[in-house]
Amino acid sequence: MAEETTNQQTEETVAEPSAFERIEAAVAKAREAGKYDFDAIVDDGLEEGIKSLTPDKIEKTINEVLQSETGVRLKAYVDTCVHCGLCSEACHVYMSLDKDPKYSPVGKVKRTMWKMIDKKGKLTPEEVKQCSIIASTECNLCRRCLQYCPFGIDIGYILSTVRRICHKLGVTPLYIQDTAHSHASTQNQMWVKEDEWIDTLFWQEDEARDEIPTIRIPLEKEGADFMYSVIGPEPKFRTQLIYQAAAIFDQAGLDWTMPATPGWDNSDMAMYTGDFEIMARNKKYHFECAQRLRVRKIVMGECGHAFRSVYDVGNRWLGWKMPPIPIIHSIQFFYELLRDGKIKVKEKFPEYVTFHDPCNTVRGMGLHEMGRQVAEAFTLGVKDMTPNREYNYCCNAGGGVINCGPPWKTKRVLANKAKAEQLARMKDQGVNTVVAPCHNCHGGLEDIIHDYGLEMELKFLGDIIYECMEKPGAVEE
Amino acid sequence: MQGLYQFASGPLAWAAFIIFFFGLACRLISMFRQVSKKESFLYEYWSWDHALYSMFRWWVIPLGSRNARFNPVMAIVTWVFHVCLIFAPILLVAHVVVLDESALGWSWPTLPEAVTDIMAFLVVIGGCYFAWRRLTLPQVKYVTSGSDFIILAIVVAPFVTGILAYHQWGDPLTWTTLHILSGELWLVAIPFTRLVHMLYAPFVRGYTGSEFQGIRHVKDY
Repeated sequence: MAEETTNQQTEETVAEPSAFERIEAAVAKAREAGKYDFDAIVDDGLEEGIKSLTPDKIEKTINEVLQSETGVRLKAYVDTCVHCGLCSEACHVYMSLDKDPKYSPVGKVKRTMWKMIDKKGKLTPEEVKQCSIIASTECNLCRRCLQYCPFGIDIGYILSTVRRICHKLGVTPLYIQDTAHSHASTQNQMWVKEDEWIDTLFWQEDEARDEIPTIRIPLEKEGADFMYSVIGPEPKFRTQLIYQAAAIFDQAGLDWTMPATPGWDNSDMAMYTGDFEIMARNKKYHFECAQRLRVRKIVMGECGHAFRSVYDVGNRWLGWKMPPIPIIHSIQFFYELLRDGKIKVKEKFPEYVTFHDPCNTVRGMGLHEMGRQVAEAFTLGVKDMTPNREYNYCCNAGGGVINCGPPWKTKRVLANKAKAEQLARMKDQGVNTVVAPCHNCHGGLEDIIHDYGLEMELKFLGDIIYECMEKPGAVEE
Repeated sequence: MQGLYQFASGPLAWAAFIIFFFGLACRLISMFRQVSKKESFLYEYWSWDHALYSMFRWWVIPLGSRNARFNPVMAIVTWVFHVCLIFAPILLVAHVVVLDESALGWSWPTLPEAVTDIMAFLVVIGGCYFAWRRLTLPQVKYVTSGSDFIILAIVVAPFVTGILAYHQWGDPLTWTTLHILSGELWLVAIPFTRLVHMLYAPFVRGYTGSEFQGIRHVKDY
């Protein structure tokens, strides 16, 4: 539905392109500029990585993972697939790239795992590079395809195994490998040094005291009710989220703490490069922080993949069926605070919003209703996109895809046209704000909104709560 | 032909059934042993309620899952195809008669022949639909190869030959013999090809149901 504006010079009314029309224009422009030629993308990490490969090393590593490290589950998934193609329409990459069958979930498995099995591991270095590109940049491990497959085959697990194989061969995209190195060296995602972490918390506390004079960010408080953990990027470039969280917890009268030591970062890009050993090590630091501080639970910030790491992948590698200490995602925590009257609405956010369900919090923990209830309480109301809840499309940023960095950005945006269209349907109904309770989703949606010209605002739940809640301890400006 | 028929309906039938049951049993036992050895967490997360509900939503109700509703023709054809595929041979008058007269002497209730006749045609029609999908839909064509058509042929052949034999179109002895041979090929193929999805499917479906509904509190259907 196109709106009209007046051309200032000619005073004619001109139809503003609808959001959908803007998407079509962006796609046409990209096609003309050759942006769909993904084979032309060069990733230095991959190029360097394949230089040290020998046929022997490739064959040995692939077969070792397929026969020794994985088990009958992988074989069952591959053998049970009857090549029906019903998984195709689950995948935003397939749907966004003109339904090219090579991007369907089974198509991606054909280009990677089937090849490895059929050739009994005897791939060329170039083929290994292609497998890494496919598994790292064409799949977010979002698990939507499991909901579409008549057998429930875990295609994400198959591609995660491909990533593992590529990691063991040293063939991982440059930027995400650097991030994995950061996890290995500093136990956080962003090369934040120990003193920088503490300084950042002091800084945010100081800033917050302008508004709430008595606020503290309690560091290393033993026996607090909960430990709050954030992802690496927060102290680096989303620092206001720490301030906001502190304000919310303080005004809700909660007994909380944050660790001053490594282990404060709950994020996990090592999980996504297949570097499970580093993943496990960092999760161990994280859980041990909480255990050292003798808190009852960990509350984690609004992130998707970090939740997957603590609730699903990381804890299991460490041998825990469920996490050793309860982990509550912010979505659930805010819901509980609202329900229990610990936070109250002062004035509603003056717009209708739409709610983007992050893959790892919906298909990870079913937090769709709680998130919506919080958003409903603090705004005029939630208008749902289609599809939504546990069937929501992935933002294409998660699963380590945005972390593959600048070389892959255009491909990532073009392979998420389905998401742009999903948002456009809301924009054209007059909804301008998207609530997305996940950092990676913010990154992905920011790029979609910008590159497709959608002109929408993104908010964390924390943003809206902080703006709209009662803060009895705040000084009047 | 008479000699071939005797052989096919005699020792070869015994061999085919033994290989079928033994093959499936081996794969099943091997699966559990490997799970116990390397992936025993699968037992930890398995939840019978959720597993069975997932199977119910996907396989018992023809349009019980969201993707089935998006692909209603495929969903219904698949459902009808499999129901007929499984129950027609088991409840066929002719088969139960042969079983009754054999050394085993087993028998059980059967369906009227008019009904099993229609079921056999439905299997063949279903097979043609699957072949059409493989030849025309890009997302299916891309992952289809010769083996997919061979498997389809192996599954449909017993029904085609069975129809021809039952209706006595052409020489009944020839078609019956071919029916028996193709049926035996089908039985033997199951444990060793993608037809093993018959065995693995409940475990794969059940585990995804357990994880999605049980751990993640969301629908996998």
